[in-house]
Amino acid sequence: MVNITINGKLVQAYEGEMLLAAIRRENIDIPALCHHEAVEPYGACRLCMVEITKNEWDGWKNHVTSCLYPVEEGLIVNTHTPTVIELRKTILDLFLASSPHSTVIKKLAAEYGITRTSYEEVPDSTDCILCGLCTRICDKMGFSAISAVGRGHGKEIAPPLKEPPPDCVGCLSCAYICPTHYIQFTDNGKERTIWGKKFKLLRCEKTGLPTITEEFAAYLIKHREIPEDYFKINDLSHRRELALKMGQITQWGREA
Amino acid sequence: MRISTPKQLKELQKKFQDRDNKLAKKIIVCHGPGCLASGAEKIYQEFKKILSEKKITGITLEALKKTGCHGLCEKAPLVAIEPDKILYTHVKERHVVDIIEKTIKKNEIIPELLYVDPQTKEKIVRYPDIKFYSHQTRIALRNLGHINAADIDDYIRVGGYQGMVKAVTKMTPEAIIEEISKSGLRGRGGGGFPTGRKWATCRKVEDDTHYVICNGDEGDPGAFMDRAIMEGDPHSVLEGMIIAAFAVGARDGYIYVREEYPLAVINLQIAIEQAREYGLLGEQIMGTYFSFDIQINRGAGAFVCGESSALMKSVAGEVGEPRAKYIRSVVKGLYDKPTVLNNVETYANVPLIIEKGADWFTGIGVKKNSGTKAFSLVGKVRNTGLIEVPMGTTLREIIYDIGGGLIDGRPFKAVQTGGPSGGCLPDTMLDSPVDFDSLTKAGSMMGSGGMIVMDDRTCMVDVAKYFLSFLVSESCGKCNPCREGLYQLYKLAIKISEGRGEEGDLEKMEKLSDMIILGSLCGLGKSGPNPFLSTVRYFREEYLAHIRDKKCPAGVCRELIRFEINDKCDGCTACLMACAYNAITGSKKQPHVINQELCTHCGACVTVCTRNAIDVF
Ligand SMILES: Cc1cc2nc3c(=O)[nH]c(=O)nc-3n(C[C@H](O)[C@H](O)[C@H](O)COP(=O)(O)O)c2cc1C
Ligand code: SF4
Ligand code: FES
Repeated sequence: MVNITINGKLVQAYEGEMLLAAIRRENIDIPALCHHEAVEPYGACRLCMVEITKNEWDGWKNHVTSCLYPVEEGLIVNTHTPTVIELRKTILDLFLASSPHSTVIKKLAAEYGITRTSYEEVPDSTDCILCGLCTRICDKMGFSAISAVGRGHGKEIAPPLKEPPPDCVGCLSCAYICPTHYIQFTDNGKERTIWGKKFKLLRCEKTGLPTITEEFAAYLIKHREIPEDYFKINDLSHRRELALKMGQITQWGREA
Repeated sequence: MRISTPKQLKELQKKFQDRDNKLAKKIIVCHGPGCLASGAEKIYQEFKKILSEKKITGITLEALKKTGCHGLCEKAPLVAIEPDKILYTHVKERHVVDIIEKTIKKNEIIPELLYVDPQTKEKIVRYPDIKFYSHQTRIALRNLGHINAADIDDYIRVGGYQGMVKAVTKMTPEAIIEEISKSGLRGRGGGGFPTGRKWATCRKVEDDTHYVICNGDEGDPGAFMDRAIMEGDPHSVLEGMIIAAFAVGARDGYIYVREEYPLAVINLQIAIEQAREYGLLGEQIMGTYFSFDIQINRGAGAFVCGESSALMKSVAGEVGEPRAKYIRSVVKGLYDKPTVLNNVETYANVPLIIEKGADWFTGIGVKKNSGTKAFSLVGKVRNTGLIEVPMGTTLREIIYDIGGGLIDGRPFKAVQTGGPSGGCLPDTMLDSPVDFDSLTKAGSMMGSGGMIVMDDRTCMVDVAKYFLSFLVSESCGKCNPCREGLYQLYKLAIKISEGRGEEGDLEKMEKLSDMIILGSLCGLGKSGPNPFLSTVRYFREEYLAHIRDKKCPAGVCRELIRFEINDKCDGCTACLMACAYNAITGSKKQPHVINQELCTHCGACVTVCTRNAIDVF
């Protein structure tokens, strides 16, 4: 365990974990839009920045992104100094100019007292805040179907050539992880569309309910060594089957 | 042939020197970027043709040499005659015969090709007598203009690889690091980090693999120091890298060169192959257990790829995006292995420090800033070109002595140093020394060595706008303060330059700048507001003139200026023809008028008017 001080309180943190985790365990609320436990930290939104210092630093302070900064013995962390708050306000103000219609941004900005951006609204704005969560989760799933294209202020997330992405299997991970719900998809129980690509959904032979896309199932069978008939029924039916089996085993046990 | 002992290298050097000494005269045709752009290759071919057709006693093709940038790019193309140190400027193909017939054969000078001192109007024969050269001290650029870049023998002739051979055969890695540390060498790529300390840290990291990388990305618009070194003296870079590799225990090295520098790639590739042939790269160098080889990586030409963590990602084949640096790349760099990254010019300094010792190096420059720095001097100075001066030289010496002052004797307004995210310094700072710490204190930075001189016709709001627009598009776009913050800063600068500025805008921009610096992930964002901050620091009045009076005092910002024809107009009709918007009327030999409704403030009329008859308000 590592001893650190958060907002004046001495706390223990786990070796190797990031500051953000320790801070959140203390029920301290700091925004972290580009962070998600499922993927590697990235440090893009800069909202989770905190002030750090140590007794032996002779009053020297640093500002770091807590999502990326590993805990260190003796670290003194302050999550809500005037400078840190000012920085968060500026970032939210800037986000409000670049994604003025996002409800998530609006709500977060309001929490910091900002209801209207003090900057010029960006033309052709979208709700995408370029947090990179979608591309990171897609990479992690092993598809890398979408990526960031361009740089500078014109950067955006898109499939290659902005056409329906050939490597996408329609798993919807990106849509679920998107913090501003920018990534849209449709799903009518038979067909699913995301990134302009259409997918057929498999159906559970037992319940008739839709499961996952054909492409996703094929991928999992091929790369994750899942039995070929596994996707013939849905998770619920699998669980039912298991329960039945367990019941049978108990029955035999009694009989024996 | 493999070189495996110091003695062997000395003998080779002697042999090449003797061969060179036999040449009565040498004809140096500069092949630096400036000269190549003005037709140096044609001149070279012409010399080659004539020298191979005619038999001239004492002169063979061997006397003809292509070299890297000689320095005085303003006067390109350049031809130098050695050993007499004669410099011919603005040489054309038709001069080639003359040069051979007169200067080579009869030792006659051709006056019309000589450099003319802008102040005294005197013609100067020998380049060491030209102020542009006499005020310089060349270490990193030592061989540029003197040796054939594509010939390792020529490099060995001038003492090449002596430092590396000394390092590998006579010194321990610790002793090398100690020497570099003692020399006070600081990174020439901009940050000024002590090179010795970087190497020491890297060496101490216990790992089976260490890497050395050379940063040849040189993304600053207008800068070409690193390019000139890679093209004109590639072996000096290799030699520095080999010493670094031996010192930190690396087996593999990479040179990251931007795509726009094809000649640098070619010359480096030739140099690597030649060094391998001589056994200076490859397995068991100099008969020791030290093996090292170098590969070239071609960068996509993004400015941000010059940043260390983005560069390493790019070398590894990933998207060139910076990563947070709580783990330093000397500890976990390329492929997560301890890595030394240094700039081209930094490496070029290393061999001489090892050869001549740290004390020699600290004798040049000033305290904590030893040695020299190369700059590409551009903008409104008379002598633009590639220069190298001892640290601590003042801006005034650089601009007025070396640069020959401003074109047309116009008043000096500012000098921009440090690349796009550097800053602009006014005339009150002309006597401040040029070194890492002084420039930073003055609100600018050393950067990799671009230096742009601006005259009174430059608007500082416009300058800030220009550099901000560059940074807005070159930011990698990963983090919010840099991507959105710089964009808004740029938008506010546009607002001011278009006369829509309001009270409080400057304060708002200053506050935003502070937050961008505090919040950005990498050096680009952290220095991104500099173009604004340094101009508002020294030229606040000019900003206020735009905001309060809706005037651009320098007459640059289109929305704020008005063109009017004064009574000097003699009706030559040049402006009338030049105006694409038909805003000028008037008949021949009669004064013309500008219709303010139609005028778009493009300035075409001012450019063509030879009578000074158009006023800008
Ligand atoms: C946005 C950005 C661009 C950079 N571009 C370059 C470059 O083009 N060339 C360079 O040598 N260093 C560049 N640097 C500095 C490098 O990150 C690094 O500090 C340097 O290569 C280290 O070598 P040195 O210690 O020898 O200077 C850049 C830094 C930043 C933040
Ligand atoms: S500061 Fe700019 S260039 Fe650096 S990581 Fe952030 S967005 Fe990219
Ligand atoms: S959550 Fe840490 S930078 Fe976005």
